[in-house]
Amino acid sequence: MADIIKTATREAYGKALVELGEKKENLIVLDADLAAATKTGMFKKAFPDRFIDCGIAESNMIGVAAGLATAGYTVFASSFAMFAAGRAFEQIRNTLAYPHINVKIGATHAGISVGEDGASHQCCEDIGLMRTIPGMTILNPADDVEARLAVLAAAETQGPVYMRFGRLAVPRVFDENYKFEIGKGVYLNEGTDVTIIATGLLVERAIAAVELLKAEGISAALINMATIKPIDKEIILDAAKKTGCIVTAEEHNVIGGLGSAVCETVSEAYPVPVLRVGVEDVFGRSGPALTLLELFGLNAANIAEKAKRAIALKNQ
Amino acid sequence: MDQTEKKKLALTACEVRKGIIEGVFNAESGHPGGSLSIAEVLTYLYVKELRVDPKDPKKEDRDRFVLSKGHAAPALYAILAERGFFPKEDLKTLRKPDSYLQGHPNMNYVPGVDMSTGSLGQGISAAVGMALASKLQGDPFRVYCIVGDGELGEGQVWEASMFAAAKHLNTLTVFVDNNNLQIDGSIEEVNSPYPIPEKFEAFGFNVIEIDGHDYDAIEAAVEAAKRETEKPTAVIMKTIKGKGVSYMEDAVGWHGSAPNAEQYAAAMEELNAQSAALGAE
Repeated sequence: MADIIKTATREAYGKALVELGEKKENLIVLDADLAAATKTGMFKKAFPDRFIDCGIAESNMIGVAAGLATAGYTVFASSFAMFAAGRAFEQIRNTLAYPHINVKIGATHAGISVGEDGASHQCCEDIGLMRTIPGMTILNPADDVEARLAVLAAAETQGPVYMRFGRLAVPRVFDENYKFEIGKGVYLNEGTDVTIIATGLLVERAIAAVELLKAEGISAALINMATIKPIDKEIILDAAKKTGCIVTAEEHNVIGGLGSAVCETVSEAYPVPVLRVGVEDVFGRSGPALTLLELFGLNAANIAEKAKRAIALKNQ
Repeated sequence: MDQTEKKKLALTACEVRKGIIEGVFNAESGHPGGSLSIAEVLTYLYVKELRVDPKDPKKEDRDRFVLSKGHAAPALYAILAERGFFPKEDLKTLRKPDSYLQGHPNMNYVPGVDMSTGSLGQGISAAVGMALASKLQGDPFRVYCIVGDGELGEGQVWEASMFAAAKHLNTLTVFVDNNNLQIDGSIEEVNSPYPIPEKFEAFGFNVIEIDGHDYDAIEAAVEAAKRETEKPTAVIMKTIKGKGVSYMEDAVGWHGSAPNAEQYAAAMEELNAQSAALGAE
């Protein structure tokens, strides 16, 4: 078996921006003094005239992005998820989303896999914040292949898009034939007992969970949900009807993210038990990313455990 | 500026003030005080300066205007109606659920509005982004923005100002409506932004201080800003909140409340008298 390729989705973001820059002359990239970390530095190197460093002032960066976009530019604005969705939440809400301006937010270093920087930089609230804004599109790719396709798709979408990327190098899940479409979940495995719906770096861990369950004679379906908003209701309800219970998995607070979106969908149309794997409404802490993912239960074992509990609930 | 031109501007400003009162009275809410204080500068910009076309409000190379103090929407709507962007009659629909004239300006609903504003401190960043766009395109248009003096409390105003100076956005002119009052009282009592000119100077602006009700001074400031080749310009305008309606002048209570029928009649009578006096000269 070939070596597993591991790449951070932020790396794929930087590369995709360069690819887009070659095709789209009206593309401008903004950053808030984190170009080396967010990987917009790749674009800066390739197109120095179309890269603007806004300094450590994320709120202003969002407004500048909006102003540029009204003059016909496609603007990508980048920072860490904490300072994009968190610090600049209201600027995104009022100056970007309310007028539905064509700005893409590239938020890197999402979730606890930021690692050693600790809780102040580990944003597990961003999906919840962005999800409550009308007209916002939220993309949370699972690997570098999907991240690239998400960036290219975002550039072709009119209006605000929030893209969530990670710091940690993660195993590649998809091959070159993978088709990405905004708003569409994808079955990665068919199953009959339970459906796991995963997003971001939890997708690879969910694939491992499917194998754990299989070893115990449990048939688990798996859906990759890269678009958190608009959520693919059709595939969620299909899963609810086919397997009668669901487990969600995400590197985000269990409140407000994918788990919430799935619960909202099934509770209004086809109620089935939904158990959520995520950060259990606590702040993160410093440590190696892989250790933290174990510590916070963002792993295959926990997904498999929750799957069994979901099946038990269904059979009650 | 000659007297005929000044009289014409003053008559238009009177119409703007009547439009403000009409809108706020019919809405039974809104912000008359800080709308009335910017009637002259808006009138000057929209009548004399801005290259805008009511028939083509999204024209690519038009000059931009951003009302960062978005609560002064009644004033912006009134001057846009005067310039023919939409019927003056519609000013009476201000703040109604089915009206495009929302409480704060929405760029997608109102012809002539270049940026949705209302949350203080944010409009100036968007204006800065527009000025950056102009620079990247070889300065095809200029950008004008009005911020309130109370609004200077928002840290984002200073983020935007630092950026505008650092990037040499000389096509940007920021007017500060220094009417000295905000909702909770005088701006010194609440959280003093003074000294204002020194702050903008320290942030790298070309700073001009004027009487914001004097057309000659407004014209001189706008022309001086256009001669600037490196720095953005800040025009600090001393103004009177509620200007033109005597019982509203310099009275903090008229920041965000509407006149009743009796007060409405008194305001309109006063403004009509001002128009008549100008016409009679």
